Amino acid sequence: MNLNRRIFFKTAGLIGASLAVGKSFGESTPENTEVEFRGMLYDSTRCVGCLECEKACAIAHNLPEPQDELKVGVLRKTSETQRCAINLFNTTKGEVYVRKQCMHCNEPACAAACLTEAMHKTIEGPVIWREPKCMGCRYCMVSCPFDVPKFEYNSANPKIQKCDMCYDRILKGEKPTCVEACPGEAITFGTRRELIAEARKRIADNPELYFDQIYGENVAGGTGWLYLSPVPFNEIGLNTKLQNSSYPELTKGFLYSVASVDVLLPPLLLGIYAATKNNQSKEDENE
Amino acid sequence: MNNPAYPTIAENERKFNWQFLFNELKPKGKWLTPFNIISLPIMLLGLALIVLRFWKGLGAVTNLTQEIPWGLWIGFDVVTGVAFAGGAYVVTFMVYILNMKKYHSIVRVTVLNGFLAYAFYTGALLIDLGRPWNVVNPIIGNNYGTSSVMFLVAWHFLLYMLAELFEFSPAIAEWLGAKRAHKILSGMTIGAVILGITLSTLHQSGLGALFLMAKDKIYPLWYSEFIPILFLVSSIFAGLSMVIFEGSISNKVFFNQISEKNHKAHNSIIHGLSKICAVTMFAYFFLQFLVFIHDKNWNYLNTPMGYWFLVELIGFVFIPMMMFFYSHRSGNIFMIKFAAVLTMIGVILNRLNVSVIGFRWDAPVHYIPSWMEIVVTMAVIFTEIWIFRWVVNRMPVLSESPTWAKENNH
Repeated sequence: MNLNRRIFFKTAGLIGASLAVGKSFGESTPENTEVEFRGMLYDSTRCVGCLECEKACAIAHNLPEPQDELKVGVLRKTSETQRCAINLFNTTKGEVYVRKQCMHCNEPACAAACLTEAMHKTIEGPVIWREPKCMGCRYCMVSCPFDVPKFEYNSANPKIQKCDMCYDRILKGEKPTCVEACPGEAITFGTRRELIAEARKRIADNPELYFDQIYGENVAGGTGWLYLSPVPFNEIGLNTKLQNSSYPELTKGFLYSVASVDVLLPPLLLGIYAATKNNQSKEDENE
Repeated sequence: MNNPAYPTIAENERKFNWQFLFNELKPKGKWLTPFNIISLPIMLLGLALIVLRFWKGLGAVTNLTQEIPWGLWIGFDVVTGVAFAGGAYVVTFMVYILNMKKYHSIVRVTVLNGFLAYAFYTGALLIDLGRPWNVVNPIIGNNYGTSSVMFLVAWHFLLYMLAELFEFSPAIAEWLGAKRAHKILSGMTIGAVILGITLSTLHQSGLGALFLMAKDKIYPLWYSEFIPILFLVSSIFAGLSMVIFEGSISNKVFFNQISEKNHKAHNSIIHGLSKICAVTMFAYFFLQFLVFIHDKNWNYLNTPMGYWFLVELIGFVFIPMMMFFYSHRSGNIFMIKFAAVLTMIGVILNRLNVSVIGFRWDAPVHYIPSWMEIVVTMAVIFTEIWIFRWVVNRMPVLSESPTWAKENNH
């Protein structure tokens, strides 16, 4: 009896601990309805491939200016030294320039993956990486459906490189540097809601010019970067096979089950233990 | 406690223990065994490579790319290694919860194996982390990424290692001759076991859940929302196959330590485990089949990746499963051991297919581990075996507990 009571307390403590852990999952981020997600609208019909935004980006983030040539058939990629990259595609409507960088998802997989909250969706909209928190596990890279975060493999103190939408400038009330640098107004900065309205207006005003969809409105649960294109998006190298619900959604079921298992399994095990223990003592008596 | 003589006795005991510990640290027996001659250079080379990795960065040693950020060190050392360490929670469940006395003689060695496996895989993880000095962040509480599967896995890992240490601690107490500590620690075993099984359930499945968000990156034959359950079920037979395999080797290598009675019982234990393997493998195979049908994966089957999938599932799950069933009925111990080896290969294939081979199979540059990654992996495994051997040669793991400890338990 004495022994059983001790085990009971141990298990009770365990359940308490599990509940405490479980509770923290339910906590939501602080609500702030005043600030709206900022985003960027990229209009590939306006982009002329001058690479001014790439240069401005490199200067703003202390990265080397890209030197490679822009031509059809050569895919330029973002890397640990380049946060954005413009490519040229031969499409059914002629040559089209497309810019690639972090999509700044509404519900980013990288931030859900991060166990130290180094990857963080700010209330202003940009998804940022915070150096002092990161432990370099690269789970954000595994999870990101757009393959955005890049890792400095050749550094003893490696960083994750990705577009942060010039978060420091946004906090100061300025526009991201690529928006300032673009001579053709191909990139527009604003709240995501305004940008979607603006994109719809452009499509409605000029239905001949645009493919009638906004890439980023729904993909991966909606993203902060929105794309307009003259041709279907798969022709300009955007991944159209991605799901429309958010990626963190995929782990929700598992995360919810954790608390239940942590709470329900120990008493069950304790019950089986008690049952088989009794059997044993009965057998001993019979002998 | 008021007795003034008490502290001096304790002091004497402690002095004696330091001397004893010092002696125990020295190697026992011959030095230049074939195993030592092979493993020592690899361990030293591995150590040099680890220094290089921290000096020049991960890129100097590994072949990882921006598309494939997890390679051999995660896919094999951590994801596969933890599956093999699953024997500990299964065997403690059988012995302590279901009260199956027959398997009692293998509990300690299995728990020791499990504990060392976890300790070393966490070590391997630290080598792979880009910024390991921040590894405490999710533990000490300033940065709780509670929405992360990896956060859960990390915590369940850590707590499970503690639970296993408690499960094994009576053996340490017996080695040191600490009678009072032994009594206290033995009383904690069942609590540690219950905690350990619960934590194992979640981190075994959690390792699979890590890949849930990589939905578009893993070849469709290996991705499904059931990865966590598949990982959990396969950890049962992966762990038990490891117990069979490791037990067969220990039985030869540490022949002198094992009592006559336990030697005789070993075949009967292997025989019993083979049935559990067979049944869980059937459940696993059936579940894989359901997932396959449910996801309508037929059109992927007639491709090179599809054949590879069939090799894994037919060659290294179905065939060893049939061998376990057959040899359980016929009592063919050799065939059980052979099936265990096949099963282990199958588990390695499965974990690597999910985490490395099938991951970004469409990437322009494929990841193939560098020789340095392989050497470091081997060095980690060899170091673990060295520690295992050191412990088994000193503590009552395979050998019988001292008589006072047995009396303590009754």
